[in-house]
This record gives sequence, structure tokens and C-alpha cells, in this order.
Amino acid sequence: MAGENLIKLKIDNVYKEYEGRNGKTVALNGVNLDIKENEFICVVGPSGCGKSTLLNIIAGLLEPTSGDVYLDGKKIEGTGVERGVVFQGYALFPWRTVLKNVMFGLEIKKIPKAEAEQIARKYIKAVGLEGFENAYPKELSGGMRQRVAIARAYAVNPEVLLLDEPFGALDAQTRVQLQTELLNTWEHEKKTCFFITHDVDEAIILAQRVIIMSARPGRIKKIVDIDIPYPRTQAIKSDPRFLELKTEIWNEVYQEFLEVRK
Amino acid sequence: MKKKKKGLVISNKVWLLISLGAALVLWYLLSIGSKTHRSFPFVDKVIPAVKTMIDRGAFWADISNSLLCVFAGFSLGFATSLPIAFLMAWYTPIQKIIEPWINFIRNIPALGYAPLIVITFGVGAKPAIILIWICTFMTMSITIYQGIKNIDTTILKAARVLGANDFHIFVKVICPATVPFIITAVRLGLSAALTTLLAAESTGAQNGIGMRIRSLATAFDAPPMLMYIILLGIIGLILVKFVDIIERKLTGWQEKI
Repeated sequence: MAGENLIKLKIDNVYKEYEGRNGKTVALNGVNLDIKENEFICVVGPSGCGKSTLLNIIAGLLEPTSGDVYLDGKKIEGTGVERGVVFQGYALFPWRTVLKNVMFGLEIKKIPKAEAEQIARKYIKAVGLEGFENAYPKELSGGMRQRVAIARAYAVNPEVLLLDEPFGALDAQTRVQLQTELLNTWEHEKKTCFFITHDVDEAIILAQRVIIMSARPGRIKKIVDIDIPYPRTQAIKSDPRFLELKTEIWNEVYQEFLEVRK
Repeated sequence: MKKKKKGLVISNKVWLLISLGAALVLWYLLSIGSKTHRSFPFVDKVIPAVKTMIDRGAFWADISNSLLCVFAGFSLGFATSLPIAFLMAWYTPIQKIIEPWINFIRNIPALGYAPLIVITFGVGAKPAIILIWICTFMTMSITIYQGIKNIDTTILKAARVLGANDFHIFVKVICPATVPFIITAVRLGLSAALTTLLAAESTGAQNGIGMRIRSLATAFDAPPMLMYIILLGIIGLILVKFVDIIERKLTGWQEKI
């Protein structure tokens, strides 16, 4: 594919500090990263390493203190539908049914109702929630809610999908199932994915490259290429290469974790 | 699960009857007590009091006047608290200026400043309505404002990244998310309107439940007085039921803890 090596997202020397009660806290200290089109990136690091801050900056929900983010070579300003976000807390609209939740972004795009409904139904089906179109979020389990959120993000057809520990609050079985589904969806309809997690297994199963961040101030410590071919299934967890990568990444993350503990 | 206890299942209606029976027993005991029988005449004296008051030509006028004051005052309170609550939530300076005063006045019993309203607006229904307006406005504007402030910010972010601008956020997110708080505000507002009624009708009203209770009290006419007090309770219950029905219709999507 021709577009395979195009740089989709460029994170250029992003620096972010917060003014707190105890003075300034540096959340991100000069982060540089090029993400290729349709690449699947996972970011791991201890809590407080600024990975969510970085995601929010790419989403346009936060502004960096200095540095810039470029999408297709254009500097981003604020939020944009070309950058979809899936939040850990699902962030569904509780007064809207599943169908209406997925249609939200399409309504705002002013897509005719019939067409919007068709698109929404397609993605609801893709995430395996056919038959639940008229259910309210309160009637769904955590896993189902997150599927709705993924369908909602996909429905507006973003070029980049930013996922902030989307499966962090789910039980182990549901998490594994949703990882598989997300991979399937991604392989069917490629997007540039920026996925934050604290689960090293999850990162290796999903990503082409795993970014390890260091704690306080957040910086990119190491980038590990995951050279396991797709399609991947949970079976690769017993692959010797998987275990090697896991040990490598885990050691790096653990060192950072100890740093935070100090 | 065979071990599940198959104890006596009592339906809600039966519970209601039991509760009513218990209240009647207590009432009866009060009506024969040496110290309480003057102020608590039993049902057999209180129910005929309805007819007495109708014959005196006061009953229906009292009810309609009080309901008029409650609904007029409440409607004005609702119509004004809604925009003020949104303005307070949207523009911090407005909130900073208004909120302390609402909290300040809210804690003063309406009876305390009722004379000020009478001096300004004269006697009759007008000051009564204004007093109820003030009380319901303060209760509801604070409740709605707190509700808007407590909207989960991640759903605002979610709307933002799906392309929503300020207008979309207001119409498609803030408004529906605020509905449960508006209903809570209506509940509190109606209750505030009823509890303010006595103070409101101390402003020289010609008819009214609150005014009648006071005048019957000065005449030591206990049976109709007790009847009016119970009537206030019944009106309150009916209003609560009414709000319950609206709530079920509008906020069925809400997660109940």
C-alpha cells in the first residue's frame, strides 16, 4: 500500500506543565513521536506518566504548554471529528438509546436521518450489539457499553482513533473478547490507533509498536516493535516471541513503577 | 433455591391500609387524651367540618385561592429559576454575584420578610404570589444550578470530539442531562410553595387555607382547623404523585442506585 509509510500524526516536542498548589508539575517533557497511517500504537507506562495527558493533547481537549501536534502535516487546533476518542468511562449519553448514541456524531454532521441510521446500524452490528439498538446504557453491561462507545467513535469515520484505557474497567474475559473484536474491526477498517493501556499483554496483542513512557516528567523511554504478524489471536500469548517481548517491556515498565514509588 | 423463605408477602396496598389504621389508632388516642382532646378531635368531628365550611361559603374559595397562589408563585419561580440557573452555570461572574445572596435569603423564614412584601405591594393575592415566587425561585435555581455543575464532564468531552459546538452541547447534552435535576427542583419547589403558603397568606389574604388555619386557631375552632391541616397534607401528596408520574415518563433512562 502506498500510504503505508505516510506520517499521519506527528507529535513534535510536546511539553505540558500544570500549575498546582505546590507549584508547577511537568506532565510531559518533550515528547516526540511519528505515527504512520493506519498504524496501531500502544502506550504503556506507570500511572502519572502523562499518557492520558498526551492523548488529550492529540484529541485537542488539552493544549500543550509548548510543542505541537500535526495531523497530515497540519497543526491541530482544538478537537476535530477526524480524531475520535474512546474513553475509559464509556461516556455514553444515558438518555439516548444505543442507536441514538451511535447516531450522535452523525446528527451533528447533519447527515440525513435515514442514512445516519443505516450507518449506525452497520457499526452496531460490527461490534456485535444487534438487537440492542433500543436499549438504554443502564441496561447494558460494561463490555457492551464500551462496544457502543467504539461503534459511536467509528460511525463518524475518524482517521485517527484515540483510546484511553478503554478496557481498563472491564473483567479479564470481557477485556480479551473486546481486544479480539477491536483487532477484527481494525483489520476490516484500518484506522490509525493510539491506544493507552497499563496491561502489557494487551499492548503486545494489539500494537505494531509499543511506546513505553517514563514517569514524572513523562517522556518516551523506549519504543518496541512488535514483530508478530497479524491476524493475531489470544493464542500468541504462548508464543516464545510474545514472552520475550513481554519480559522486555515489563522490565522497562517495572523500573518506572519503582521510580514512581521512590 | 428451595430454602428461600416463603414468608407472608404483604402487598403495598395492604401496607398502606395498615399504616392508615395505625395512624387512626394514634389519632383516636389523642382525641381521648385529657390534654390533647381539645386540639385533636376525632374523624367523626373533622369530616363534618368539611360541610360546615362549605355551608359558611369558605371551603372552595379557600382551596381555589391557595392553589392559585401556589401555582402562580411556583410557575413564576420555575420560569425564572431555569434561565438564572443556566446563566449561573455558564457565566461564573453571574454565579459569583448571585449565588451567595440566594443562599443568604434562602435561610431566612419567609414569615420573617413577608411584612416587607406587604408594605411594598399591599395586601391580597399579589404579595402572597410574590412571596411564593421568591421562595420557590431560590430553592429551584440552586438545585438546577448544582445539577448542571455536576454533569459528568466526560460526556461533554465525548460530545466535543464527536464534533459538537457550544450550541450542540447545550441543546443535545446539557439540557437532557439536566432534566432529572429539573424534576428534583420541581419537587422541592412545590414543597417550598406549600410550606410558604402560611407565611404568604399572612399578608392579609381574604381566603386561603393558610389564612383560614390561622383564623380558626384564634377562634379555638379545632375540628375545621385540623381538617384544613390534613387538607394541606393531601394536596402535598397529590402534587408529589403528579411529579412522580412526570419523572417516570421523562427520566426512565436514569440509572437508579
